Amino acid sequence: MRILIIEDDPEAAAYLAKALREAGHVADHAGDGIDGYALAREGAYDVLIVDRMLPKLDGLSLIRSLREQGVDTPVLILSALGQVDDRVKGLRAGSDDYLTKPYAFSELLARIEVLARRRAVSSAGEPTVYRVGDLELDRLSHRVSRGGTEIVLQPREFRLLEYLMKNAGQVVTRTMLLEHVWDYHFDPQTNVIDVHVSRLRSKIDKGFDRPLIHTVRGAGYMVRDSATVRA
Amino acid sequence: MSALGKLFRSTAFRLLLAYLFVFTVFAFFALGYVAWNARRVLDDQIVNIIEAEINGLSEQYRTGGLRRLVGTIEQRAAEPGASLYLVTTPAGERIVGNVAAIPAEVLQRPGQRETNYARAGDAEMPHRAIVRVFVLPGGFRLLVGRDVEERARLREVIRRAFGWSLLLVGVLGLLGGWFVTKRVLKRVDDMGETSRTIMAGDLSGRLRVGGAGDEFDRLAQNLNAMLERISELMAGMKEVSDNIAHDLKTPLTRLRNKADAALRSAKGMEELRAALEATIEESDNLIRVFNALLMIARLEAGNARETTGEFDAAEVARGVAELYEALAEEAGVALRAQIDQPLPVHGNRELLGQAVANLIDNALKYGAPAHPGMTATVEVTARRADGHVVIAVADRGPGIPESERGRVTERFVRLESARSRPGFGLGLSLVSAVARLHGGVLKLEDNAPGLRAVLQLPLAPAAQGQAAEHVAKRAAPPFVPVEARRAV
Repeated sequence: MRILIIEDDPEAAAYLAKALREAGHVADHAGDGIDGYALAREGAYDVLIVDRMLPKLDGLSLIRSLREQGVDTPVLILSALGQVDDRVKGLRAGSDDYLTKPYAFSELLARIEVLARRRAVSSAGEPTVYRVGDLELDRLSHRVSRGGTEIVLQPREFRLLEYLMKNAGQVVTRTMLLEHVWDYHFDPQTNVIDVHVSRLRSKIDKGFDRPLIHTVRGAGYMVRDSATVRA
Repeated sequence: MSALGKLFRSTAFRLLLAYLFVFTVFAFFALGYVAWNARRVLDDQIVNIIEAEINGLSEQYRTGGLRRLVGTIEQRAAEPGASLYLVTTPAGERIVGNVAAIPAEVLQRPGQRETNYARAGDAEMPHRAIVRVFVLPGGFRLLVGRDVEERARLREVIRRAFGWSLLLVGVLGLLGGWFVTKRVLKRVDDMGETSRTIMAGDLSGRLRVGGAGDEFDRLAQNLNAMLERISELMAGMKEVSDNIAHDLKTPLTRLRNKADAALRSAKGMEELRAALEATIEESDNLIRVFNALLMIARLEAGNARETTGEFDAAEVARGVAELYEALAEEAGVALRAQIDQPLPVHGNRELLGQAVANLIDNALKYGAPAHPGMTATVEVTARRADGHVVIAVADRGPGIPESERGRVTERFVRLESARSRPGFGLGLSLVSAVARLHGGVLKLEDNAPGLRAVLQLPLAPAAQGQAAEHVAKRAAPPFVPVEARRAV
């Protein structure tokens, strides 16, 4: 996918662009807010990565202007500030996600991939039933079954699986799970999420030959049918 | 500024001028009163003398008639002195006496008055006298009086004394004032000098206390006490930054050593990879510490107030407890949550979540029972009490000795028993900062055995009104909603 990096620190931008290209994406770079705005309006990008503090036009104003112009490209804000209210301000300005510097690249990659895909899916409409391999999750009746056998899940486990399956085939980080399943944006300090995932895993994968919930080292988790090849 | 200019501009000197003015006015009135009194006494004296003369003369007249009177007057008038005599015909022509001229109307009307006159042998009329006029049988006039030159002389003496004393008051006052002002200025300058050395960085400097116990000494003592307090705070700050430096140096060293060891002795890609991953993990921990530090600093500066609103603390406590429940079970700890009624709180939901998470995390980490037989339990309760929301996390571990309870909420303070475990000693500092930001308090209590960490926050104002009115009156809401704040 095509990604525009709007970042004034050339070193950080170069590192990010290189890493994104290695991950198989096309990455462009703008060094200040005005250039970034022009590029974002003209180019057909799938995701914008915007630094909050930019010369000429700051990140929040840039996003606000883009949204006023009807540009709905998903935006991920990068910020060195990273306090609770900064995140809220960023989301209010019209960004879709927020990441604090310094960040792990795997976290950033997982987030922009989810953002880009979300956009493609939302135009088609979210399905009511998620299917991965022989695992089925019905969002309306709150039922989960694998290979025709119903699996009983706690409400939180259901939401965890729902989020994982919604982003099936994509890496979902622990922070993303904490944010979307528990709606918390703080640092839990311990591997709380891992325990929840391992519990869920024991209900979903235990007794089946092919595991569906996978741990992606150094990044997070992914639900996919191991038989299918990741696109 | 010149020394003299400084003197004139000093408060003491201005005060002195004001005093000088007031004293001069007082002196003026006092002396004026004295002069007026002296004149009155003198006048009385003159009148008395005239009275005595008249008595004597009337005796002469009674025994010897006009002729004898004239004779006596002629004799007395010849004597030098201040006494005046005159006998005239009914037409006002002088028969005998030492008065050469006198206004005619004085002789026309009998009685006592003050008038100008001219003495015999002295043609001009600038003299003044108090006279009494009698009409003798046959229309003859008798005038007896006394010159009042003495009075004028007295007035002159008083006037001169007046001038001199004013001059003396002025000169002495100015001199005294100058000395006093100079002394005051010196002490103020001393203080200024000392404060400049202190400002230049020498915090050990203290103001001189003279020992006289005057207001300058008291001021110096107060300022010294303030300096003492500042020194203490500075020492505290230094300790915190020393701690920060030390506690961050340890993981940084570990980080460096890991990278170094991998570079020197790793065999093959796999080991290098593992070392790099460990390095990243270690850096992530460091970043976490920095984030926590920054967050505490920002909370203490009261900066996180913009994204506040009303939320249910019960929901937060329940949610966080549920988040940790799986982890607790894994660790063999029974995590029980007792949270029933909704608990509206005004503040920041994320921050409260973080605070409760820190407390539960602490309880799980350090709350293992001292006796192996006991089951490890962590109880999370949230309830409403006396206008407050009370969220408590209690464990059955060794607890915190009472003497250490105040200290553990400070940054980087870790108990000896906790040193062996991962952590940086920021958890409780953060909880405490969150509590303060919400206008509440973090209390550490004995759970006998174990620790009971109690987070006490004020109930949201709206809910407080419903609960009990007297409670609402007691505590002002620490958070004012954003809209309301703008309106003020």
